[in-house]
Amino acid sequence: MVISAKTRSGIDAEIARYPVKRGAMLPALHLVQKQLGHISPDATRELAEIFELRPAQVMEVVSFYNMFYDTPQPRHHVYVCTNLPCSLRGARMLLKQVESHLGIAAGEATADGRIGLGHEECLGACAYAPMMRVDGTYHEDLDAEKAKRILDSLD
Amino acid sequence: MLLVPYVTGHLSEHFGDDSYGTLKGYERLGGYQAARRALTKMSPDEVIEVVKDSGLQGRGGAGFPTGVKWGFMPKNTDQPKYLVCNADESEPGSFKDRILMERGPHAVLEGILIAAWAMGARTTFIYIRGEYGFPADQMERAVAEAYAAGYLGARAMKSRFDHDVVIQRGAGAYICGEETGLLESLEGKKGQPRKKPPFPAQYGAFGMPTTVNNVETFAHVPHILARGAEWFRSLGTEKSPGTTIFGVSGHVTRPGLYELPLGTPLREIVYEHAGGPPEGRTVKGVIPGGMSMPILPADQLDVPMANEFLRERKTMLGTGGIMVMDDTTCMVRVASVVTYFFRDESCGQCTQCREGTGWLDKIVNRIERGAGVPEDLETLLDVAGKMEGQTICAFADAAAWPVQGLLRHFRGDFEEHIRRKKCPFSGSFEL
Ligand SMILES: Cc1cc2nc3c(=O)[nH]c(=O)nc-3n(C[C@H](O)[C@H](O)[C@H](O)COP(=O)(O)O)c2cc1C
Ligand code: SF4
Ligand code: FES
Repeated sequence: MVISAKTRSGIDAEIARYPVKRGAMLPALHLVQKQLGHISPDATRELAEIFELRPAQVMEVVSFYNMFYDTPQPRHHVYVCTNLPCSLRGARMLLKQVESHLGIAAGEATADGRIGLGHEECLGACAYAPMMRVDGTYHEDLDAEKAKRILDSLD
Repeated sequence: MLLVPYVTGHLSEHFGDDSYGTLKGYERLGGYQAARRALTKMSPDEVIEVVKDSGLQGRGGAGFPTGVKWGFMPKNTDQPKYLVCNADESEPGSFKDRILMERGPHAVLEGILIAAWAMGARTTFIYIRGEYGFPADQMERAVAEAYAAGYLGARAMKSRFDHDVVIQRGAGAYICGEETGLLESLEGKKGQPRKKPPFPAQYGAFGMPTTVNNVETFAHVPHILARGAEWFRSLGTEKSPGTTIFGVSGHVTRPGLYELPLGTPLREIVYEHAGGPPEGRTVKGVIPGGMSMPILPADQLDVPMANEFLRERKTMLGTGGIMVMDDTTCMVRVASVVTYFFRDESCGQCTQCREGTGWLDKIVNRIERGAGVPEDLETLLDVAGKMEGQTICAFADAAAWPVQGLLRHFRGDFEEHIRRKKCPFSGSFEL
């Protein structure tokens, strides 16, 4: 069993809130990912059992959503928003600066597995552009210096 | 930085006050009185009548009359009925729902409770986009407070009405904002939109009668009940009553949120409120309502921001996300950002949408790179035309419209690109 007792009881509590068990699928995936960092093949099988589905049905859901990962992930995710309002205020330049600071391109991770970098579509912070999302946290009104300081402070 | 609107109205006047986000602070300012009165002194039909009379239209993008939609819910049925709050806000340029949840979660919740009573809904599912961590935390805290106070759960507010609220966090997919994509996602599946009919009022969440409304739509409801339909109609235009929270972004000196009556001229919002373009620049174009809505050129900014006027100019209010572009902006680059987004987010079920968004992106990028040919412009319009009105959901239309709008008003930029085989705007935002 890779899904811990604590995660499992969280999943059961979610299931109790829905008229149909499967309604708790996204909450369950969030909980499993919080515990394991990604949705591993073992976790997929266990989730399939809990939800009385085939593993392929769980995998299909995982792969549909950008925020679920089916492979091990870097310690931190950094996403720079490059949609239009952010781009109009220098987001693409910021992304290039972040890329050169980390020595990687968007879509890659640092060799030590510390930071994975990506660009993202509008995150609902358009007036506070440019911005980036670091794990669950928004950092807004950025410039290159502020962004570097944030990146350097990550463990 | 405290993210609060610069210009406020009934939705946002207390957003600068942190306590407004708590039950105690919200009640001190009169919160939950409208819900209490509705649940204990008004019949469901009376509530629906008031909302109908107010003329409130959905703020999620399509602008459907809210009271009419509520009236579609079946009345005499043994099936459980559900309510869904669409908090998936992912339309580029939109950030009002985020602020409503961060700064005023109880107003959203009170609107939900009133709507649930009006339609006899057993449970409300609030579906919040996965990236909105803090807004979801705020909503969760508000829901917990409301349960603790007896405002939710069995015999809500000491009435005979039972109501539960469940929050679900999405996981990063624009299409889950489309109401039936949302319902699929809520049911734990891929968020692929459903064929309609049947509409959600017949076959919605978990196959039961369901109404889906936007966060801001709910937030207006307690104010309408408290102050009356007449008051709401005194704001805005005759056909588009009330205020909305406009989000202004891009090339303006004061980007931010502005709660203003519908019908406020776009020029006033861009210049007087948002400060206009930076010193020495002029406005070139403005997208008035989120990325799906066609752009307007600088000579059409006198348009009042209400659908009856925007439609005459072949665009719409959408989510009220106003994106301003100054004279340094290359509209081909704008197009390439737009087409990339829609290609990336198409759920792929419909051929016209899957293929069409791919083609639009390919051709626009060819032009951007300087490899376009003059016939490309007709091909773009042809592809866009074939995407309209043909698909399971309105996403394909939403992908076609902005390209059509850019070609309608800024064809010259595309032609220059093709002729010079490169971007003619040296100072444009970089790609
Ligand atoms: C592609 C697409 C994306 C949408 N995204 C959202 C969204 O993020 N939030 C929202 O409230 N409505 C969105 N809508 C509109 C919903 O389908 C629906 O009309 C709305 O939630 C109804 O609420 P309202 O009547 O209160 O506006 C979207 C529609 C489409 C076609
Ligand atoms: S129009 Fe596009 S997004 Fe909508 S259902 Fe069809 S393929 Fe999916
Ligand atoms: S475009 Fe970046 S947050 Fe909206």
